[in-house]
Parts: sequence; structure tokens; C-alpha cells
Amino acid sequence: MNATLPILSIDGVSKRFRGPYSLMRRLKGEPPLIVHALNNVTLEVHRGETLGIVGESGCGKSTLARCLVRLHEADDGAVRFEGKDISLFRGTERRAFNRRVQMIFQDPYGSLNPRMTVSQILGEALFVHRMRPKPEIPGRIAELLDLVRLPQDAAGRYPHEFSGGQRQRIGIARALAVEPDVIVADELVSALDVSVQAQVINLLLQLQSRLHLTVVFVAHDLRLVRHISHRVAVMYLGQVMEVNTSEGLFTAPRHPYSKALLEAAPELDPGQRNRKVALRGELPSPLNLPPGCPFAGRCPHVFDRCRTERPLLSPRGRGQFAACHLTDFGTPAPNANNPTGLLFP
Amino acid sequence: MAMSANMGPNGNTDGNENAGLVVRGLTTTFDTPRGQAIAAADVDFDVAPGEIVGLVGESGSGKSVTLRSIMGLIRKPGRTTGHVDWRGRDLVAMSSEELRRIRGSEIAMIFQEPMTALNPVLPVGLQIEENLIAHTTLTTRQRRSRALELMNIVGIPAADRRLDEYPHQFSGGMRQRVMIAIALACSPKLLLADEPTTALDVTIQDQILKLLLDLRDRMAMSVVLVTHDLGVVAATCDRMAVMYAGRIVETGAVAEVFARPRHSYTRGLLGSVPRSGTSRTMLQSIEGTPPSLTNLPTGCAFHPRCSFATDICLKERPVLEAVTSPTRTVACFHHERVAEAEAIL
Repeated sequence: MNATLPILSIDGVSKRFRGPYSLMRRLKGEPPLIVHALNNVTLEVHRGETLGIVGESGCGKSTLARCLVRLHEADDGAVRFEGKDISLFRGTERRAFNRRVQMIFQDPYGSLNPRMTVSQILGEALFVHRMRPKPEIPGRIAELLDLVRLPQDAAGRYPHEFSGGQRQRIGIARALAVEPDVIVADELVSALDVSVQAQVINLLLQLQSRLHLTVVFVAHDLRLVRHISHRVAVMYLGQVMEVNTSEGLFTAPRHPYSKALLEAAPELDPGQRNRKVALRGELPSPLNLPPGCPFAGRCPHVFDRCRTERPLLSPRGRGQFAACHLTDFGTPAPNANNPTGLLFP
Repeated sequence: MAMSANMGPNGNTDGNENAGLVVRGLTTTFDTPRGQAIAAADVDFDVAPGEIVGLVGESGSGKSVTLRSIMGLIRKPGRTTGHVDWRGRDLVAMSSEELRRIRGSEIAMIFQEPMTALNPVLPVGLQIEENLIAHTTLTTRQRRSRALELMNIVGIPAADRRLDEYPHQFSGGMRQRVMIAIALACSPKLLLADEPTTALDVTIQDQILKLLLDLRDRMAMSVVLVTHDLGVVAATCDRMAVMYAGRIVETGAVAEVFARPRHSYTRGLLGSVPRSGTSRTMLQSIEGTPPSLTNLPTGCAFHPRCSFATDICLKERPVLEAVTSPTRTVACFHHERVAEAEAIL
């Protein structure tokens, strides 16, 4: 396989959902409202890396995760796995894709069948994808439990007998049972307590280096994403606003929204307290998108062009991309009096 | 603990109008089929006027139960004992009629999920006015103008139009602002906030927390903030109390506790949160899971998860004692060793 070819690439993907269709709209003969969940998203996931996807609720990060594993079909554009369009996969090819790209869901209570024991849950995954001949399945289950550090007697128990963190480990074991190349983790730890979150994050980091996994880590917690990711994509209203290396994003964000998001996240250092509100206003409705930049209504650096012309995601050098008309945003300041590096502050 | 807080200008602690909240030996138990669950045990803490105190802990640590016990909101079969001194009166011993006069006027409360706390079939203006009807003698017109004023204070745009709208027409952040407006209606001296920003996005959380800080300054109000997020504590609180398995295990000024935790659990919590400059390293997680409240370990409830534990921790329960200063307390036999231990960073 070509080493430079991204394992997953998202080319101009858009996804729309039919929104509420009220009686008034029907009577007036108007079309139903359309929720624009993803708008022309382009992104690449490289083999062996962890790509973090962050954004506030409603930014489309979960829709994107679901498009990656083909739980949603993209309306426009294509998701490619090793260069091939996943919407064209049929039969064995589709089954192979389903095996190699696994998703772990947010809610460990909702994503495990309450009537199946852990060994049945793991055994089903092994059996469906014919990972092992039948006699070897119990041994493999023991191996998997060991891998996610669950006790061996867990095999005979039901999901409700476990705590939230343990259930999330079962979810991870089920995904790993079929020896995937890519793990798409949608809010993997957001339902867990802080101390348990750390356990699951540590486990994921260990497993990734041991099994050479590629991880797409979707989350709203910036501190977690920073900790776990090599690269981070920041989404807002169905669009990618910035793609940057993890350290690049957190030290010098290239988009005003990323900067505001970082400032809004409370700092763990009580000495660094400030009273300035990072970002005023709220997310616009995805039912009627503004014509220009989706962030124009809240951006402190907005100017006329932002309201009429949508900025495209464009390279900023050193693997950085941003969708902003202020191409100099976040570059080292030309002089000390101009800390944002803006030409027109 | 903060004894100076209890002393008025005359040094008189009884019936003093300026005293803050003094909680002593607050215990709330529930009878469950699996035995008695002690949700809050011997909780002692003080809140000085104008102070923001953070109550931190994981789910099931008793922080919300403590807050509800202060307000007398524990329903049968739950039982509350102990003392909650509020301006010389004991809230626990008070009749429900007297309590009703205090709730919503002197002491107000806001909840995590504003949609379930607001009445979905009443316009928000009316819900603000309900509080004024119950506790003031204002006329209809005065109430309306006070409601309008409150909407402006909490930063809801186009307030006069939005007074007649229903909760479902507001976004999550705006609903929480409405909740705060209702709580502020009678200018309370104490605000009890139960995870007020947990359901909100980070930029909206930032707005609400800064609003609380402003209101505290403007109205000289004390706040008890229950949260599981240490970042929120670092960004807003003056002092903090850490709870584990129904008990307070450590209290102190926020800066002191963050700089040098003296309880192994606090230390573990701080270590579980990713910090800058430590990307993709193992987090210092706390192994194991919190104990069940009906089946607490003997001795210190934290000993099975504690790396500092010795024999005495299994046999005896450490009491909350003052160390270094009267407001810095910790319940640990080995707090000196914990404090000496290598810094978390």
C-alpha cells in the first residue's frame, strides 16, 4: 500500500437531513426545511495517526463520524478508504470495509445489547466476520478481555453488571475483536467520570501503539482532544474551520473561532483567571445558513467580505489549513504591538 | 473553618444578619432495598457572604444531595439530620411553611437541565413573575417591569418581546439565563447552583460563568457551585470542598488546593485532567471505580483506590481536620506524605 495515501479521505462531503415539515409549510406549498449538517467537508486521515475532531453541539462532528463508517451516506462528495469510494462497496468488499473501520459509540449503556453476555457480544463480532474458527473463539475472548484489562469472569456477565467505564471497555473490546485498521470514537469518554475517563484514555493510547491503529477521536472536550491527537480539525456549523497539528492549534490557532473556543475552555490554573467573555452570541441555525462565513455573526474580526463570501479551507503552510479570509491570522506578530498578527486589527 | 465568616461586627454569632451559611454535620440517608445508603455524611462547610464555594466530586459523591439537603428538598424515604445555619436560623429544623418563605427569596437555586426545571406551558415572563407573586407585594405592572429588568440583567436580548415566549423557543444557554433570572428575582443572598453549565457548550458555559461572577459582585451574593469540572472551579470559585463517597475529604482556597493537594483523591482528580505539554503521555488516573454507597469500604472509603494507603486506613476513618490554617482541612492520615509527593505536572 502506498504510504503517502491517506487511509481515509473525505472529499467535499455534504450531508443534509429533512427538518421539521410543519402543517403551515405544507399548506403554503413550501418545501420542507433542510438541516445542513455537513457542508463541503474535506479532510484526510493518515495511517497510524490520531485525528481529533472538535466542535460545539450541532457542528456536525457526529454526522461526520457516522459518514466515515457509512452509517450515513454522503449526499455530495465522497468518503474514500484507501483511495476507493466507500459508497460503491458491495458484497465482500463492503463487509471487509465494515470490519476494518470500527466505530465506538458515546453511550455505553445504549450500544450494548442488554440481553447478551459479554462473551456473546464479543463472540458475535468474531463469528460474523469469521475472524476465528469456532473452537478458538473462547480463547480469543479471553485475550480480548485481557487486552482491555477486564477480569476474566466478565465473559459470563451482562452489560448492566458493569460500571460505565467497564462498559466502555467492553465497547472497545468489541471493536477490537475484528482487528480493525481504523477506530472512529464518537465522544468515547464524555459520559464517564473524570478519574475513569483517564483510565479509558490511557487504555486507548496503549492499544493504539500496540496494534498500530488509526484513530478518529470525536469529542467536545478540548483538553482531551489536545492530549490524545496528533492533528485536530475544528468544526463549526457543518464546516471545517481549521486543521492543524495539536500543538500548533493550541499555541497559535489560525482561525478566530478556534481561538475563541480555546479561550472559553476554563483553564486548570486558578492564577490564569480572567473576566472577559471569550465569545458572545450563539450558534446560528443550521436550517438557514448565512451566505458568508458561518462564524461571521460572532467573529470579533469580521469585515464586509465575511458576510458575503464563504471562505474556503486553504493551506497555511506546515500542514495547517484554515477557512478564513484573514490569511495572516495567528502568524507570529510582525511587531510586538500587534499580538494577533492581523494587518487590520 | 472560616470562623471569621460567622462573626459579625459585634463578634456575635447568634442571629447575625451578616453571617453566611454554616453547615454542620449534615447527613442525608436513603433506605434502599440493598440497605441504607448514606448519600451525604457529616458534611461541614461554611460560605461567607459574597464568596463562591465550589463543591467538587464525581457522580454519586453526594454533592447534589448536599445542595438539596440545604434547601430541604429531600423527599421521603430520604432523611436529613444535622444543622444548616442561615442567618441564625436552622434550615433543617424549620417548618415547611417557613422554608417556603426562604426558598426563592433569600436562597435561590438553579439546576443542571433548564428545560426540565422550567414549565414548558408557561411563558418565561410569567415564570419570573411567579416568584415575585410569592415573595413580594409588587403590583402587576411593577412585576412586569421587574421581570424585564431581570431579563436585561442576565443578558437576554430583545427582552420585552421574549418575555411572552415559551421555554422551547429559547436555546440551552438562554434557558439557563432565564433560570438565573427567576433565581435572582427577589435578590437572594445565597445562590445554590447545581451543575449550571454541564449541559452547555464551552463558549456558552464561559458566558454563564462570567455572568455568575458579575452578579456575585453586583449583588453581593454568596454562591455554592456544584460541579464535576475542575476547570470550572479554577475559573470561578474562591474556595472549594472535594467530596468522595458522601463525605468532604478536603477543603481550602482554590489556589492552595490546586497547587498542593493534601488528599490522594484530590491529587488523582487533578492528575486525571490532561494538561498542556503532556500530549499523548499516560494520565495519572485513579484505578478502580467509586464504591457503592450501600456498601462502603471500612476505614477510609478511598483506601482501595489509594496509593498512599497503609493499615490504619483500612481500620479507622480519618476525620476532617484543619492543617496549616483553619480554612484548610483534609481527612487523610497521610496528608503530609501526599503534600510532599512529587508535583503532578
